Amino acid sequence: MVQITDVVCPLCGCVCDDIVVEVEDNRVTKVRGACAVGKSKLMGHGRIKSPAIRENGALKDCSYDEAIKKAAEILAAARRPLLYGWSSTVCEAAKVGVELAEEIGAVIDNTASVCHGPSVLAIQDVGLPSCTLGEVKNRASLIIYWGSNPTSAHGNHMKRYSYISKGYFLPGGKKDRKLVVVDVRETKTAKMADKFLRVEPGKDYLVFSALRAILYGYEDVVPDEVGGVSKKDLLEVASMMKEVQFGIIFFGMGVTHSRGRHNNIVNAIQTTRAAHTHTKFNIMPMRGHYNVAGFNQVCTWETGFPFAVDLSLGYPWYNPGETSSTDLLIRRECDAALIIASDPGAHFPGESVKHLAKIPVIQIDPFPNPTTEFADVVIPTAISGIESEGSVYRMDNIPLRVRKLVDTEYMSDEEVMKRILEEVRAIKAKEGE
Amino acid sequence: MVEELLIRNGVVYDPINGVKGEKKDICIRDGKIVEEVKNPKVIDAEGRVVMPGGVDIHAHIAGGKVNSGRLFRPEDGRKGAEPKTKVCRVQSGYSVPNTFATGYRYARMGYTFVMEPAMPPLAARHTHEELIDIPILDNAALPLIDNNWMTMEYVKSGDIDLLAAYIAWMIKATKGYGVKIVNPGGTEAWAWAKNCDLNDAVPYFDVTPAEIVKSLAEANEKFEMPHSIHVHGNMLGHPGNYVVTMKTFDLVKGIRAYRDRPVLHGTHVQFHSYGGTRWGDFESQAKAIADYINSNEHVSIDIGSIILGDTTTMTADGPMEYSLYQITGRKWTNHDVELETGTGITPFLYSGKVSVHTIQWAIGQELALLIKDPWKVALTTDHPNAGPFIGYPILISMLMNKRRRDESAEEMHSAIFDRAELPSIDREYDFYEIAIITRAMAAKTLGLAEHGKGHLGVGADGDVAIYDITPEERDDAGKIQKAFLNAKYTIKGGEIVVKDGEVVAAPQGRTFFVTPECDEKLMDEMLTKLKDTFEHYYSVSFANYPVQDAYVPNPYEIRAPWRS
Amino acid sequence: MKMGVKVKLISGRTVAQGQNLDNKLSDEYFSAVAFCELNATDMTKIGVSPGENVKVSTKYGEVVVKAKQGAGNPEGVAFIPMGPWANAVVSGDTKGAGMPQYKGIDAEIEKTEEQVLQIRELMRQYMR
Repeated sequence: MVQITDVVCPLCGCVCDDIVVEVEDNRVTKVRGACAVGKSKLMGHGRIKSPAIRENGALKDCSYDEAIKKAAEILAAARRPLLYGWSSTVCEAAKVGVELAEEIGAVIDNTASVCHGPSVLAIQDVGLPSCTLGEVKNRASLIIYWGSNPTSAHGNHMKRYSYISKGYFLPGGKKDRKLVVVDVRETKTAKMADKFLRVEPGKDYLVFSALRAILYGYEDVVPDEVGGVSKKDLLEVASMMKEVQFGIIFFGMGVTHSRGRHNNIVNAIQTTRAAHTHTKFNIMPMRGHYNVAGFNQVCTWETGFPFAVDLSLGYPWYNPGETSSTDLLIRRECDAALIIASDPGAHFPGESVKHLAKIPVIQIDPFPNPTTEFADVVIPTAISGIESEGSVYRMDNIPLRVRKLVDTEYMSDEEVMKRILEEVRAIKAKEGE
Repeated sequence: MVEELLIRNGVVYDPINGVKGEKKDICIRDGKIVEEVKNPKVIDAEGRVVMPGGVDIHAHIAGGKVNSGRLFRPEDGRKGAEPKTKVCRVQSGYSVPNTFATGYRYARMGYTFVMEPAMPPLAARHTHEELIDIPILDNAALPLIDNNWMTMEYVKSGDIDLLAAYIAWMIKATKGYGVKIVNPGGTEAWAWAKNCDLNDAVPYFDVTPAEIVKSLAEANEKFEMPHSIHVHGNMLGHPGNYVVTMKTFDLVKGIRAYRDRPVLHGTHVQFHSYGGTRWGDFESQAKAIADYINSNEHVSIDIGSIILGDTTTMTADGPMEYSLYQITGRKWTNHDVELETGTGITPFLYSGKVSVHTIQWAIGQELALLIKDPWKVALTTDHPNAGPFIGYPILISMLMNKRRRDESAEEMHSAIFDRAELPSIDREYDFYEIAIITRAMAAKTLGLAEHGKGHLGVGADGDVAIYDITPEERDDAGKIQKAFLNAKYTIKGGEIVVKDGEVVAAPQGRTFFVTPECDEKLMDEMLTKLKDTFEHYYSVSFANYPVQDAYVPNPYEIRAPWRS
Repeated sequence: MKMGVKVKLISGRTVAQGQNLDNKLSDEYFSAVAFCELNATDMTKIGVSPGENVKVSTKYGEVVVKAKQGAGNPEGVAFIPMGPWANAVVSGDTKGAGMPQYKGIDAEIEKTEEQVLQIRELMRQYMR
């Protein structure tokens, strides 16, 4: 039995890096310090056993060579290929993805497209006053979760970084802090709050506007009730914001997914800036996966743009709403897709899935999932962060390195991507002759 | 790669070896300059200007804030978008080019080494990942070690030896090159939305920026460090700040540098040479700074000179960036980094129609022209803060040609005539002096000359730039600008990477880093405190913090022993 | 004539859903995700008890899932964990912003005797 400390959890955007894992007979047998969801990832699940190619509706096992060759043929022949996913694998694989996208003129996109894409759009509008998670831990005496439910999605967030953590200037932890939660329903997180604001679905934008008005000293324009929240409550929260030395808003899908989309986030950021006229206030998106931010970083420094990058014209072209995965699929423009480290079969709107099921799809993933049900080529890989190491970026964009805990026979995502790229180049070279 | 290369008929400017425009053969074998070659590929330079590959002492090209700049400015990304070619990956961006464009464009300007000057230690891996993706250029990065809690606590207790152990550990852990200081104390204060002037006490830590600078200079000189402390002083951008600048320089006057180099390198000093009391009476005080540099030997500077047009400002000077955003109302990103530093980013447009920008534009050039000894000056734009590096050829042509400066001044705000010195300066740089301020000085000041950079003596790296201009054409400002933008040839480690202004090869560069050597007992004592800090206050674990070898695939290590 | 209730439908993460991210073809995932949480009053309105099935209909599509009581749900707000059942009724229209509307969808919920489709059957619907 081997004990490995300082393990970096490869699940959510918290990227907790103090996990302790016991490995026996090349398997993770015990996990300490992770939340329930992280622990589940580290303990493992049933795998795709072999590469496969679909013939007459059924997946037939084959070799890696055959699957890679078939994948390359599909991608080389495609006129509008999409390379999607990336958020649950490491940056090293993403880099090969960008190179492949350049080679075949693909659109490359990641799960931010259906997650914090609106946040990126908002940042491109107004910027983002933010900080690293340790700043929150050490300084933030007011924590606001808006449209975010960490008890469900980021299990250790409050304990490691925010409400329950102990910091240099806040050694009393919870006793030294206040928690405000804004949501459409009373979640477990909301139950912990000092103040819970229940907002009507789709009305967050109005509530942000009202809060901004109050923070700028225009409370007289705010009606008695905004979006289901009373003016009294808004005044109270605004006071709480003004009184602290350092406050933070964490926001999630509640505001990116609902009516208004990126406009909600622009308003959230502007509200933060309004608070900043009184005191130090920051805001941070709760990134869902352990490397969704990492893909955006790689894509940005390599192409200039963070996601939904269209390379079909040779140079990078970025226009979410036009080049994002959902739009490409709904418009039925896409004629082939490589799906890696993600599961659009489960997480895309039905209409997108309908089109995906029609076109040739290559799936690169350790685990079988709804996408596997219609994938035409399936290539199982090593689990990043357990069976292969690599570079990842936490929700606050701090870079960490996930570890290799056990040995594996599976190829890594990076290796498979490299092989596909090689094959594609060989096919194109042959065509050129 | 061709094994042997011979460049003949070039007019060589190699200041470190005292070569001032001599017709000279340059011989390269296996990537290094040698005495002679037997069977080389020959390049006939046909009388053109030949210099060592450019060495840039300060340009923000890799890391978190650079990428935040790219991410939030897709409008910048759309400029300069180029498809991939057989040799080159896709390119995009103007003030915040993607990593590939960064490497290609610098190489096309004849540069072969660039220093990333501000690496937040907690995010060092990010800087290194981007450096890996910058083609051709050799590189290094300076970790920020001045607003760090450990630093301030040792400064307060006066434990310079322990401070030295800490900076040694930091430079090692981040695979960094030296000590970077940015708005010392002020960026920590910014985590509470405050700032610090040179002699203000930092909230809670109760040390002054002055004490931080002095202590770090002392700690730096405990080692045989190749480079001095690299300082972005307090009050950047404020009218009247030239006083703070000189006071900052004075702080370290008594400290003995380990070798023949300054004790302090002041960076983008244009932003720190401001007179007046407010924007209304804003004026240049470049003369005062130049006088100071002329009468002192312990300071070197790089100019941080303005390029007119749109750019993206990005520094670890959080409060300054916030002020800039308040002035312009444009988008603003901030990123405070726990226990260490911070970042602010906001776009900015320098306009020749605005009096303040016009004076700023003059100041950078005044510094270069009024400082007598070019060995104390490096040409920079603090890319992208004062402008993108792609503007260097414009600056070179200005420094070499008074008429061009005068013509430009005519089209700018008239304030340049009564609140700046530039119109009254006749001096013109020659190619030799340009070679000093664009390569030789930086190589020397960074301690890279003996590691092969910045010169063409035997044993140096085969990094050569051949510019499409002859010495006789030195008065043709337009030709100068064109020549320095797209080199006739750039040779990197003996390989031709640029030909006729186009990139023809894109080998990977090396990352230079320093390993300071420190007494174990001292290190252990510091580590006890450091590990405790990690356990209680950092959000990452001590074991996961240092940059792993995988992030530096092409390393070049320079040891810095403890001075006896 | 079946009694339906109009709600705003949201979808999102749960712990059990997260624990089965890599286990989606299993019974555990099915139990974790193929349900709709409703306020008690809304459940009474349509005459459904926890554990019985409901049909959720939106402009885009319809899906049958198990009914559960959501203690924190106000009246008129229904929650289905993110996943293929929720996405069967989510529209792909991003309104030019790139993002589908996963939350705040106008939906009608009524009791049904129809069965909840297992995941493989659900996916097969897309493959016709």
